[in-house]
Amino acid sequence: MADAPGAAAAITGPEQFARRLDEHDYLADDGAATACFLAVRMGRPLFLEGDAGVGKTELAKALAAVLDAPLIRLQCYEGIDAAQALYDWDYPRQLLHLRAAQAAGAGADADQLESGLYDRRFLLARPLLRALEAGAAGPGVLLVDEIDRADDEFEAFLLEFLSDFTISIPELGTVRTANPPVVVLTSNRTREVHDALKRRCLYHWMPNPGFEREAAIIRRRLPEAADRLVHQVAAAGQRLRDPDSEGFDLVKPPGVAETIDWTAALVALGARELDPDTAARSLGALIKHREDSEAVRLKLAALLDGHEPEPAG
Amino acid sequence: MERAARDAIETLLGFVRTLRAAGVGADTGRAAAFLRAVDTLDVTRPEPVYWAGRLTLCSHGADLARYDACFAAYFGGAAPAAAEHARPLATTAPAMWNPPASDDTDTDTDTTGLAAGDTEVLRTADIAALTREERAAVARLVSRISADRPRRRTRRLEPAVHGRLDHRRMLRSALRTGGEPLRLPRRHRSTRPRRVVLLVDISGSMAPYADALLRLAHVVVRGHPRHTEAFSVGTRLTRLTPQMRLRDPAAALAAVADAIPDWSGGTRLGTELKEFLDLYGRRGTARGALAIIASDGWERGDAALLGTQMARLARLAHRVVWVNPHKAQPGYAPLTAGMRAAWPHIDDFVSGHSLDALEQLATAVIGGRREGGVHRA
Repeated sequence: MADAPGAAAAITGPEQFARRLDEHDYLADDGAATACFLAVRMGRPLFLEGDAGVGKTELAKALAAVLDAPLIRLQCYEGIDAAQALYDWDYPRQLLHLRAAQAAGAGADADQLESGLYDRRFLLARPLLRALEAGAAGPGVLLVDEIDRADDEFEAFLLEFLSDFTISIPELGTVRTANPPVVVLTSNRTREVHDALKRRCLYHWMPNPGFEREAAIIRRRLPEAADRLVHQVAAAGQRLRDPDSEGFDLVKPPGVAETIDWTAALVALGARELDPDTAARSLGALIKHREDSEAVRLKLAALLDGHEPEPAG
Repeated sequence: MERAARDAIETLLGFVRTLRAAGVGADTGRAAAFLRAVDTLDVTRPEPVYWAGRLTLCSHGADLARYDACFAAYFGGAAPAAAEHARPLATTAPAMWNPPASDDTDTDTDTTGLAAGDTEVLRTADIAALTREERAAVARLVSRISADRPRRRTRRLEPAVHGRLDHRRMLRSALRTGGEPLRLPRRHRSTRPRRVVLLVDISGSMAPYADALLRLAHVVVRGHPRHTEAFSVGTRLTRLTPQMRLRDPAAALAAVADAIPDWSGGTRLGTELKEFLDLYGRRGTARGALAIIASDGWERGDAALLGTQMARLARLAHRVVWVNPHKAQPGYAPLTAGMRAAWPHIDDFVSGHSLDALEQLATAVIGGRREGGVHRA
């Protein structure tokens, strides 16, 4: 269901954006839809923060699908540096080229030989350069995932990149783009990101969905799951996430990603509804910490026999 | 029409001012973005205005609750998204720092003016259990610990003996040797000093240890100048770095004693940590730093506040080290309310109750050399 190029211009407001995201199986609330609409319309990067598994990366993917744009992903990690984000020279091929030239007897002019080494065909484009080069065919979507895992130095470098969308390569000159990408940054808030970077962005805190929305998301992802099962899983997810719920004080409460996984596991086990036995056997899809899994196992009956919560507005 | 637009802008800017008064960092750039955002949306309903403001004017989880309150107060009616707001994330419990087994010290030749047997006792004795003279002797020994300078990696690469291949230089040298890469030049990421921040609790319950800990802070400040900040906490946050820069430990300690207004009061650690983060931490003092807090966690104030502030510190700092002299007591568990609140946000938990423990803190935790110091005359 591809949109025509320039699809972004045709979207008139957040409600319509929400409908488009829905067509690509992402159920966005008002906040997320408005955030995407403004990011595209104002040309500002979108900074998504929220608990792990709440759907930040999925939103970026759905946004790319709505805009019918390529999604270029830069996964951050501790110690990431410019070479992994911008470009690198393909030195084995350069060396081969050098040997071939020497063998052909073209080794007379070393300078000329060297300048031939730094040619575009020997350049390995990393995500940021790819995002600029994709701009030739219309803006792409650049996803900078888990920016909180990178260090200060990288953040400062990224800030520079986001302010002018150019990359200067000493041997080749400056790469510019006609269409800057739509940028989405995500953070799990393990570290406070610099204010200077946030100042350039639209900031959106993604909350965990309420019961109704969570059930709708699971149903959308797994249409084959029985309604009753979906309701029970969503209710359990809500209860495990609720900070005031008695006794479930989890190290890492499950996100929506985990409740979807759990439902998938239960469907694979052929369950039509939750019972303590199948729940215990498939708990590994929902809970990923040993202490948590102990705590939940002890109270499994209490978790399952709860009534479904009142539909939240 | 012109007039109506001006009025609308005035209304929106008034809202931005309200937010600023409530402590949301809505600067001019963000205000301009807010106006543009409102302009791109249809603003006949309150929801788009709410989201336009929230997306452009807020910058972290703590802003959201304030934003909702201001929105409701300024525009009337409740905020459209009374969703759950950012809570500090739970983290896994800290890896306990296991001090390496103390090496055999029989061969030590202590010539520090005390009999070898005495020093042996002093090295491992709990400082709180010592007499006044012994405590002074230990304090003098603390001043001879040589703390090292922690470093952090930067993005700059520099030529090195070990590390990644420097392909560019390799190709250049291969050009000279007929395309044969005979030399393999390498490079690695250069390093710069990492900042160290020390917060020493000098309240009543910590009094026996305060002198030794402040001397250790002096050692770190002297050994890592320009990259260490020292503060005392008690009932008031006091910056001690300028006084600590004096060369002579006794003179530095005297200057520190003059600077501290609150020797041996009660502790309101949460409030003071908040003050530290607001005044210094956010601006860069704590960012990427090695943060060391020396306290027994007897919090008189609100333990929940201490928890939130520790979470903030943990997100800013590279590592958080907590020094608690009571840790050395057999059967110790972090049960005080303050210690429990701080617990999830600590990377290293050490004791620092004796000369040995302090030396370990200076060498193993802050990173350093075990040469000279206590072992040298």
